[in-house]
Amino acid sequence: MTCREVFEFLADYTAGELPTAQREVFERHLSLCPPCVAYVESYRTTIQAGRKAFDDPEFAPNAPIPEELVRAILASRSRGENS
Amino acid sequence: MSFMRTPPKRADLPADDRSVEAAMMARLRGRDPAAFEELVRRHGGAMLAVARRLLRNEDDARDAVQDAFVSVLRAVDGFRGDAQLSTWLHRIAVNAALMRLRQRPRQTERTIDPLLPQFLEDGHQMQPARAWGQSAEEVLDREETRRTVRQMIDELPESYRIVLQLRDIEELSTAETAALLQMSESAVKVRLHRARQALRTRLDQLFSTGAL
Ligand SMILES: [Zn+2]
Repeated sequence: MTCREVFEFLADYTAGELPTAQREVFERHLSLCPPCVAYVESYRTTIQAGRKAFDDPEFAPNAPIPEELVRAILASRSRGENS
Repeated sequence: MSFMRTPPKRADLPADDRSVEAAMMARLRGRDPAAFEELVRRHGGAMLAVARRLLRNEDDARDAVQDAFVSVLRAVDGFRGDAQLSTWLHRIAVNAALMRLRQRPRQTERTIDPLLPQFLEDGHQMQPARAWGQSAEEVLDREETRRTVRQMIDELPESYRIVLQLRDIEELSTAETAALLQMSESAVKVRLHRARQALRTRLDQLFSTGAL
C-alpha cells in the first residue's frame, strides 16, 4: 500500500469501517511511515476541531431564543390559522 | 453573562422524558396554542443554534427558525414518536436552513483541489505531514481561535462545507445527508473526505506553529 492509497482509505479507517484484511495492510503501512501516522492523527484532530469550533454560547443547544423571534413565530402561526 | 440566563418558562420536567414529549405532541395535535408557545420557548433556542451554525448569518438563521416552526405545525400529525422530539426538531431546523441556503444567489464555486494533498509518482506524500502535537481542545480553547476555525470552515467551497457540517458537526448519518442533499451516499463520502482534507490543510498552520 502506498501513501496515496492510505489517504484513500482514511475516512473508512477513522470511521472503523475498514474490513479487517485491509485494515491490517493499512496499519502495516503506518508502522513504517511516520508522515502517514502524522496525517492520520491530524485528520482525526481536524474532525474534532470542526466540532469544537462551534463551542460558543450562540451555537449551543441551550442558546436562549430572543423574545422578538418567539413573538414573530407565534404571530406567523396565527396568520397561518386565519388564512 | 446574558447567555447563562435561564430562559423564560423553562421546562419543569426533564426534556428527555418520553411521556412529557408524548403529552406535548398530543397537545400540539389538538392545536393547543399554549403547547405551541411552550415548544417554541423550550426548543427554539436549540433550533436557532443549528440555523446559525449552517447559515452563519443572524437574520437568515432567524428566518429559517420561523420556517422551521411552520414545518413543525404541518408535520405534527406525522410525528410518530419513534424519534426523540429534539432529534425530530433538529432535522426540521437543518432542513429549513438548507432551504434558505438554496435561496441564496448562486456563486461559481472555487475548486477544492489546491487544498488537497498531493503525491509523488511513486505514491509518497509530496509534502510529508508533520505531527501537530496539540489536541483540538488545547488549540481551540480560545474564543478567537474558534472564530478563526469557523472562518476556515466558511471558506471551504460551499458544497463541501455543507457536507462537512452535516456529517461532522450536526452528526447526521451518510444516508440522512445524502437524502437531504439529493446526492448518492458515495458522493457524500467523497465530499466529506475532501472537505476534511481541505480543512486539515488550513488548520495545519494553526496546529503546527502553535501560534495565533
Ligand atoms: Zn505513507
